[in-house]
Amino acid sequence: MNEFLRTMLFLPEQASSFAEQVDQLHYFVIITTLIASTAVGMGAIFFFWRYRRRVQDQKTPHVEPTVLIEALFVAVPLLFFVSWFVMGFKDFITLSTPPREAMDVYVMGKQWMWKFAYPQGPNSISTLRVPADRPVRLLLTSRDVIHSFYVPAFRIKQDALPGRYTQTWFTATRPGRYPVFCAEYCGLTHSGMIGEVVVLPGPEFDAWLADQQRGLADRQDAQDVRAERVEPEGSMVEQGRVLATSQGCTRCHSVDGSNHIGPTWLDLYRRRELTTEGKAVEADEPYLTESMMDPKAKVVSGFDPVMPSFRGRLSPPEVAALVEYIKSLRSDRVVLPTPRRGKL
Amino acid sequence: MSTAPVPASFVPGPEDPAPGPPHYLKDGTTVRSWLLTVDHKRIAILYLVSVLVGLFLGGMFAMALRLELLTPGPTIMDALTYNRMFTLHGVTMIFLFMIPAIPAVFGNFFLPIMLGAKDVAFPKLNLLSWYVYVIGGALALWGMVHGGADTGWTFYTPYSTTTPTKVLPILLGASIIGFSSILTGLNFIVSIHTLRAPGLTWTRMPLFLWSLYGTSIIQILATPVLTLVLLLVATEAAFGFGLFDPARGGDPVMFQHLFWFYSHPAVYIMVLPAMGVISETISTFSRKNIFGYRMVAFSSLGIAFVGFFTWGHHLFVSGQSTFDAGAFGILSMFVGVFTAIKVFNWVATLYKGAISFKTPFAYICGFLYFLVFGGMTGVAVATVSLDVHWHDTYFVVAHFHFIMVGAVMMAFLAGLHYWFPKMFGKTYHEGWGLVAASLIVLGFNATFIPQFLLGNAGMPRRYYAYHESFQALNVASTAGATLLLFGFVIIAIYLVLAFRFGGPAGPNPWGSRGFEWVTASPPITENFDGEVEVTGTPYDYQEDQPSVRVTPEAE
Repeated sequence: MNEFLRTMLFLPEQASSFAEQVDQLHYFVIITTLIASTAVGMGAIFFFWRYRRRVQDQKTPHVEPTVLIEALFVAVPLLFFVSWFVMGFKDFITLSTPPREAMDVYVMGKQWMWKFAYPQGPNSISTLRVPADRPVRLLLTSRDVIHSFYVPAFRIKQDALPGRYTQTWFTATRPGRYPVFCAEYCGLTHSGMIGEVVVLPGPEFDAWLADQQRGLADRQDAQDVRAERVEPEGSMVEQGRVLATSQGCTRCHSVDGSNHIGPTWLDLYRRRELTTEGKAVEADEPYLTESMMDPKAKVVSGFDPVMPSFRGRLSPPEVAALVEYIKSLRSDRVVLPTPRRGKL
Repeated sequence: MSTAPVPASFVPGPEDPAPGPPHYLKDGTTVRSWLLTVDHKRIAILYLVSVLVGLFLGGMFAMALRLELLTPGPTIMDALTYNRMFTLHGVTMIFLFMIPAIPAVFGNFFLPIMLGAKDVAFPKLNLLSWYVYVIGGALALWGMVHGGADTGWTFYTPYSTTTPTKVLPILLGASIIGFSSILTGLNFIVSIHTLRAPGLTWTRMPLFLWSLYGTSIIQILATPVLTLVLLLVATEAAFGFGLFDPARGGDPVMFQHLFWFYSHPAVYIMVLPAMGVISETISTFSRKNIFGYRMVAFSSLGIAFVGFFTWGHHLFVSGQSTFDAGAFGILSMFVGVFTAIKVFNWVATLYKGAISFKTPFAYICGFLYFLVFGGMTGVAVATVSLDVHWHDTYFVVAHFHFIMVGAVMMAFLAGLHYWFPKMFGKTYHEGWGLVAASLIVLGFNATFIPQFLLGNAGMPRRYYAYHESFQALNVASTAGATLLLFGFVIIAIYLVLAFRFGGPAGPNPWGSRGFEWVTASPPITENFDGEVEVTGTPYDYQEDQPSVRVTPEAE
């Protein structure tokens, strides 16, 4: 049944856990729509056939609705629309809540290509390699205009905005190759901004990642693109550590748990803080990015708003590296992600 | 008709009643008498000619786009031309045709007549609105010829502020046209409040006026936001203020909020008057009172109100918070409910009627089907999780074309055929009317149903080149568009012939009880030759005549 409806509706194959989930609602919504529009159309035609005009000045009765009928006119569509909404919003909440254990990949859109960077160091252009059956979270940004990362086979789409990070996630279920489109119009070669997700079985992915980390230059996907060149050797965490020193972050932010001019970075990631305005914030990726770009927007209570903006001073890959570095600073454990299988 | 902006060649038929004051088309035949007229009917004709020019241009752009999309690669133009072309198509169709089409043409013509008034409240303002529209339209068209923007009609920043193409004239043109829309809205609201004839209570008012009232509220409240945001983009593009540039503290998403705060209600600026036309025509062709008059009337205001709180459903994948997405999602459902109320009441109006299947009725059937299908797919794309897949794909393109081109165009054509005898005093060829209507309904389906499927398959919109697997559906869509074009050509031919050679229509050819049908066809400049008093509703088929009493003025 699923396969039949999917083919009838021209939907691409369901290559992620979310695709299977959301398509059920798709079928329900489309079938209701088809039935309702046909019923209204047929109703009108039936009434025409039944009540066609026989004489020029034919008399008709004056018909007024009863309260019951009007209540039904409101209740029936309301019932359907609200049930669509409830089901759809439930799925949407799933989609906007990445699991904690998800593997992160940084995605940067630029006119007109996609660039992917793994916290472990490797990066690639146009081809995103992910393991099957493991949740993957994408952290997206753009170097120029707005782009939108769209994988029809996964049923996911997320805008990539300049100057901030957005996120989405998926668990790919079928190894294979799936096209990535840019869905937000971005200029001359918008329709040529095409990438590919390659879903590898878990062990193969681990082996690939290990190979990349070994720095086998001939197997690097990365091409040398001057502006956002990220050194293939060294993980993002290491790059972040270097940047934290060279940009002067560590002059105010300690990494050992002691508060200096700014909050310490130790255990900062996902810590819940109160701002000076008394609002709760969680130090997740969007917050950390915002704090670098617009430090006075949400100042943690107890600190002075003295941090300068790093807007224009940090490139998107550098921001990503700093965020990864902050994420790595844990007192309880070291969360330097390492491949689960394959030898280094 | 579009070929005759100034019907100076209009020849009065021998059947015209000789005595009495001349009708509005004969009351002055010089170009000057047209360009300086303050008669709402003549202004409506000026608008009719201009929106038909807009429709013609927009339609030609659409055909060029469909031809380009016949093959996956380059077909008849390069990528830059294509990108400009879809921008021009959107801008012309929305700002030059859709928004003014029904309110400024049929609204201007029939609002005062339905009120039993001689003109709108501010006749000179009315003429000004047309000039503002023409100036804005001319500026936008000039910009299209000299460079042309490639941003899409949505002008999303920061692309629109950094593109090398010329966006300024088009942005300025569109914001100027906005003022025309505000002036018309203002005029209509004041007219409805102050010019209703004795006896015309709010609950006796034709539903077309209720829908225009709702439309006018949106025009007055939402259009200034569009003007503002387009000017902000223009200043940023010209002087680089950095309002939408994150590198300088701006916010590109703020543009989307401001833009959709207007542009979503703008959909109801287009759809509400269309719904009004359907209320008028469906009653006439079934010879029945409107089922649930109050529900239909109040749902117009409901749509106008809720329409202001749904703009965020365009931003589900833009990084807006999950809570906001939910709030905008549920609010969007209410628009669907208000629309459903109208649809059910219209269909129920047919029950026990005496239905006559004339050309306007064919368009009513098309309208009902397109509105339900387009509306429900609209609720579907407002269903948050489903929108993630559909957002910015051809599914969305097909959905809003079902509403704007399907439903609104059906209503425009229904109105044009329904009121043509009143506006020009001539009858058109009924057989060709039905042929063209069937071609158009078929053509719309053939054009846009493949596009729904393309969206399902994952083809993003505004794609110059596409994957080969999408070709079959694209070819089907282009074939449908060709059918559509034939339909419009047929209409243009028989309406021009009817205007020139059509037989006399008589004051009330449809046997309607609508107030506008008590006037002569075409109406005289003063609309009525006396004092007007309304004694009932415009949908009362228990009476033999419209419930309007005209007492000749004592000289």
